[in-house]
Amino acid sequence: MSITADRTGELVSRALDVKGRSLWEDARRRLFRNRAAVVSIITLGAIALMAVFGPLFLAYSYDYIDYSVVSCAPDWWPDPSVLCNAGGSHWFGTDSVGRDLLVRTLYGARVSLAVGLIATLVSLIIGVAYGATAGYLGGRIDELMMRFVDVLYSIPYIFLVIILMVIFNRNFFLLFVAIGAVEWLTMSRIVRGQTLSIKQKEFIEAARASGVNGFGIITRHIVPNVFGPVIVYVTLTVPASILAESFLSFLGLGIQEPLTSWGVLISEGANQMETAPWMLIFPALFMAITLFCFNFIGDGLRDALDPKDR
Amino acid sequence: MPQPILEVADLNVTFTTPDGMVHAVRDANFHIDESECLGVVGESGSGKSQLFLATIGLLAANGKASGSVKYRGREILNLSQPRLNKLRGSKITMIFQDPLTSLTPHMTVGAQIIESLRTHSGLPYGVAEKRAMEVLELVRIPEAARRMRQFPHELSGGMRQRVMIAMATACGPDLLIADEPTTALDVTVQAQILEIMRDLKTELKTAIVLVSHDMGVIAGIADRVQVMRNGDIVEAGPIDDIFYRPRHDYTKMLLDAMPRVDNPDRKGHASPAPTAKPEVLLNVDDLKVYFPVRGKGIFSKTKPLRAVDGVSFTLHQGETLGIVGESGCGKSTLARTVLTLLPKTHGTVVWMTRDLSQISESDQRRLRKELQIVFQDPLASLDPRMTIGESIAEPLKTLERDLSRDAIKSRVRDIMNQVGLEPGWINRYPHEFSGGQNQRVGIARAMVVKPKLVICDEAVSALDVSIQAQIIDLIVKLQADSGMSMIFISHDLSVVRQISHRVMVLYLGRVVEFADRETIYKDARHPYTKALISAVPIPDPKAERAKKRVRLSGDLPSPLDSRAQLSFLKSKLIDDFDAEQYRPKLIEVAPGHLVAEHDPV
Repeated sequence: MSITADRTGELVSRALDVKGRSLWEDARRRLFRNRAAVVSIITLGAIALMAVFGPLFLAYSYDYIDYSVVSCAPDWWPDPSVLCNAGGSHWFGTDSVGRDLLVRTLYGARVSLAVGLIATLVSLIIGVAYGATAGYLGGRIDELMMRFVDVLYSIPYIFLVIILMVIFNRNFFLLFVAIGAVEWLTMSRIVRGQTLSIKQKEFIEAARASGVNGFGIITRHIVPNVFGPVIVYVTLTVPASILAESFLSFLGLGIQEPLTSWGVLISEGANQMETAPWMLIFPALFMAITLFCFNFIGDGLRDALDPKDR
Repeated sequence: MPQPILEVADLNVTFTTPDGMVHAVRDANFHIDESECLGVVGESGSGKSQLFLATIGLLAANGKASGSVKYRGREILNLSQPRLNKLRGSKITMIFQDPLTSLTPHMTVGAQIIESLRTHSGLPYGVAEKRAMEVLELVRIPEAARRMRQFPHELSGGMRQRVMIAMATACGPDLLIADEPTTALDVTVQAQILEIMRDLKTELKTAIVLVSHDMGVIAGIADRVQVMRNGDIVEAGPIDDIFYRPRHDYTKMLLDAMPRVDNPDRKGHASPAPTAKPEVLLNVDDLKVYFPVRGKGIFSKTKPLRAVDGVSFTLHQGETLGIVGESGCGKSTLARTVLTLLPKTHGTVVWMTRDLSQISESDQRRLRKELQIVFQDPLASLDPRMTIGESIAEPLKTLERDLSRDAIKSRVRDIMNQVGLEPGWINRYPHEFSGGQNQRVGIARAMVVKPKLVICDEAVSALDVSIQAQIIDLIVKLQADSGMSMIFISHDLSVVRQISHRVMVLYLGRVVEFADRETIYKDARHPYTKALISAVPIPDPKAERAKKRVRLSGDLPSPLDSRAQLSFLKSKLIDDFDAEQYRPKLIEVAPGHLVAEHDPV
């Protein structure tokens, strides 16, 4: 029997193209077939673009105070009983000191997205390195490393943040540290679990039989293979970080005036919910849409990367 | 002429998948008569399982069946589920490949059989219980009363499959559909299960459909056979016609591809080249590998699990040593210990002149250039995120660091050519290939560094027979070209016998018999070897019918049980689970033929 008689062999040789189709490309194809995920990616992209470039085209700066239009509704506001009307150029109305709410919402988006992405990145780097190492080494070291994570888990992070804030004063940078320090714990657990299951796979043993050392196995074989589940978790960590930041800001521990974030805006808006609902509605709407988008993308990625266990 | 139990006409099965429609079964026409056994043979993807799932309405949600299926003249295809349920489980029953996943884990075995009985025949509890006991005894489950109260995970694979058969026969079905019922089991257990099914056929007059990829399994039991390929029934007929006068090329090819334990040298297939090089490459002496296993409870002592317990052998240059044994006999552990992938507990492994346990870890790594391994599961042993080119290049990158990128690439292309892979596929990924092709990649990865010894750990067990034959031919050819030595590990004695110069039979970590390929079959002395040989099904109905069977009763005992190793030397047994037992010695009965001590049979 000839060697090329493999059934698929015939098919493959008929369509002889040298380029292979990697699992990533497969996943991308499946992702782009998921309508919710595609819409979310576009929406999120639009929000990000608006946050970065929007303020450049707006008439007001985020800290320009205009006492003539304090807590005024946008002029298209349907409820006529509002106190005042901000006029044509304040599309989202103004806040309690007369600043333009649109530009502040976009600035809030910058801060919130930045916090979400940077804190996630921090947690990703620490979590993957820590989790993959613990999982790969296994045994007593793994045990120790994970108990340390458990200890950190048991510290209520709000207290931690409050203490940090008291000691180091309120500081933009500290916010990333505080959120990142909490989020990497879960990440490392997920990565460790994935590593443990991948470690059992035959191709790891095959790599060991090929003489690859521990570092090579972690970087070349384990990390690329845990990336699927990790990337899904990343898309869920970003909204979690955004929420954490807004929670801290809501408590007054986050971003400082005049800079703002969605959390700060929502907190201020909530105070004036009855008299000036637009101050709550717009930032809250933006945040809700962003969180939805991230979750839909995460969902789509999960299905795309792991089509078997839907 | 009596009416057939099941009549299938123009049955088509299609699946809607994201990649388009898949036609799994095309225009199937066949019938099953009262108390006959129909064997259905085909390789993976031939649609043989889907055909019967469709027949009894168990297709996956994205599947669609059309045509006609008549049970005793009544149309049952695409019948509503409640009406089908009345039929299924009482008149038509099915057994699947994996008995663990087919049994509910949280119910005792007895409760499950009783439940099925009560649902279908409405028997009062006491009667159902008695009947359940009867069927368990029918499938020869020892201590049926105690087994009734056990949960599925407490039973061995063979026991579970028996329970499945008991459950399937409890209501007295007309038709029993067995889908690869013995594929997940060891050969000796497989032989027991097949015997039970043979008895069911004669005693209960149940018609049986036996779906299998193994011509040998079919040969011993079926009355008629149909061969399937890519969704078509390519040939059907009485068993003797199919086996002795096959008309379709595919049937001929399947029969030709089956390795036969009674004849290792077959026309058209490679046999190992004779070797007479006296140079000893590998010398393993009294190797022991124990794993500590903790007992139940907090203060329990750890006990050693004797995975490999005093194995010695030598391997010459250019020689192939076959290692056979059932699951849990320590054959894979032995291979990994020789490769220093696992630490040994005792003994020496000398490679050329160096003791492998004495050398440093970095030297060990360098040694991997000379010792390579091919794994069982071709897809699992390749990193799914790497192209096959990268996978093949990996040992080169780590073991021959001074090679340039171009040199690596040309070496990879060369080896791909040698193992029958198109060098143009270098950037493709494992999931784009079939199992056989991926196994070629695995072989290429092992061979690319030009090793002196390659260990094939069940390297062909996961493949279809026709692919298996190709891979074996490839391995033999590569060995003849390169003059390497091989250790070929398999649970399948017929495959091992075809490829090896000498064969070693392992039982629970110990060698029970060691002889050359002719002697091990013609002059087997140890009762375990005899049982193993007799359990291997031969794809030859006449030989199967005429075969005198040497049976082992029950399952392979737990390797934690110190009494287990003395199963064949009961006269020296100390009846205590933990006692330090006598170790049977190997006796040289003829030059090069070693047999472990055993009680006279």
